[in-house]
Amino acid sequence: MDNIMTGRHKNITILAIVLTAQFFGLAAQIRRPADQGMGTPLIRTWVITAITPIEKFFVHTASGIRNTFGSYFYLRGVRKENESLRAQVEQMRLQQVRLQEDAAQAHRLQNLLGFKEQFISETLPAQVIGTSGSDASRVIYIDKGTSDGVKDNMAVITPDGVVGKVAKAFHGSSQILLISDQSWGAGGILTQSRLQGIVKGTQAGTVQMTYIMSDNQIKPGEQIVTSGGDRIFPKGLPLGTVKEVSPGKDLFLNIRVAPAADLNRIEEVLVITKIVERANDPSELSGPIRASDILAQRLPSVPQKPAEATTAAPATSPATTKPDVVPAKTTTPKDSKPSGTAPQGN
Amino acid sequence: MRSNVSLTSRDQIEVYQFSLLISIGVPILALLLQSFLPTHMRFMAIFDLPLLVTIFFGVARRNQISGMALGAILGILQDSLTHHPLGVFGIAKTVTGYAASSLGVKIDVENPGSRLLMTTAFTLLHGGLVFLVMRFLVADPMQPVSWRWIHELGSAVANGLLAIILFSVLDRFKQRG
Repeated sequence: MDNIMTGRHKNITILAIVLTAQFFGLAAQIRRPADQGMGTPLIRTWVITAITPIEKFFVHTASGIRNTFGSYFYLRGVRKENESLRAQVEQMRLQQVRLQEDAAQAHRLQNLLGFKEQFISETLPAQVIGTSGSDASRVIYIDKGTSDGVKDNMAVITPDGVVGKVAKAFHGSSQILLISDQSWGAGGILTQSRLQGIVKGTQAGTVQMTYIMSDNQIKPGEQIVTSGGDRIFPKGLPLGTVKEVSPGKDLFLNIRVAPAADLNRIEEVLVITKIVERANDPSELSGPIRASDILAQRLPSVPQKPAEATTAAPATSPATTKPDVVPAKTTTPKDSKPSGTAPQGN
Repeated sequence: MRSNVSLTSRDQIEVYQFSLLISIGVPILALLLQSFLPTHMRFMAIFDLPLLVTIFFGVARRNQISGMALGAILGILQDSLTHHPLGVFGIAKTVTGYAASSLGVKIDVENPGSRLLMTTAFTLLHGGLVFLVMRFLVADPMQPVSWRWIHELGSAVANGLLAIILFSVLDRFKQRG
């Protein structure tokens, strides 16, 4: 009888051994997932550490070239854009009074109820440098990692809305699990009907809202924002818009969602590196507040230049500052920027 | 550097070798492009460059052990870029690499038509194996994975068409064994 390792069955035997080894390896990982004490497999760390610097090089070189040419074309349209922005500022000033009154009223009510708010105090801008390369895993990679302060499970957003969360932070890069992936979801709340559910991905890469009972009336076009219940995203970040509603199985509606952020064309993202929780201070609203102040507090904004940040940060009352100066907030850590958004009531 | 990867052969069918640079560089380049290109062109995720490289080298070398080894290595490296457990693509590409080199031993698969059919079939086989592993070994029972015929067929044909172009480029690096 031939020895199976030297005879004509050698190849098929080796195939069986290789497959068995991989099956056992797979089973071991599933029995002991990362969140139950087992770290990242070494080979995963090696591959990502080897590949991401090359991707960083390509992305940064390409963006450098694009910016050089883009700056020229950008300058050509600056005058027109400036006029448009001035008109926009005038419109915003008109909205200021109403916003101020609404905000003051909301804060007074929140104080009465003992609400605490969650504010995004630090965000870290990052460049998308790669993907998983597979439709089965909706993952992107960014060029910031633990060395920049990124940690697992931090929220990742764009100015348009939620992108995903940090699945795994490596030294110089991080793996971001998109909201369109099937394996996880974010708590969402419909802005008009105030119904809460889970916004998550599907196998096809679309996004849906689940666990809304079928006896509820939901209309396409209704906005969905984060509910804050998942303890990853602060309350109030845009998740998407209801696209289509149909009866689903198990008494729940099947709600298709158009994501607020364009998940197919993400180039830059913001990682929320710090969220502070504090109660409202009524004295903050004692004086008149400009619309730009409110926006600076509520929305992620473009990082200030260091020199300007210190000079523009006014210690005086906002009412005394010049209208065209955007007040900067407190000190900015390296590569981070202060911003506030999305209060969350607890 | 002129170090060839030696491969076993059958006398009646041409067996090819590749320089060490091509044997290592092409799979790594495929992996890199597979990760990088969908960043700006999401539709590129429908292609599976590491799979095409596995099939090409498997068929050209006609050696089952090297075919399965390349498939296993590329598959596990590809798994490393996902958030799934390592082994999903590893198992699928091991079997595909073995099957491709087994087919290469038996028939000549060097004209564009047979390459289209062969790659389409192997992509479906690979997709089927990924589906089985995901469905029965990995996926959460509460979130079952389903077989998507249209997506899988579209992906298989797209990879088949790309294979015609890619394989003709890689043919230039073949060296007679």
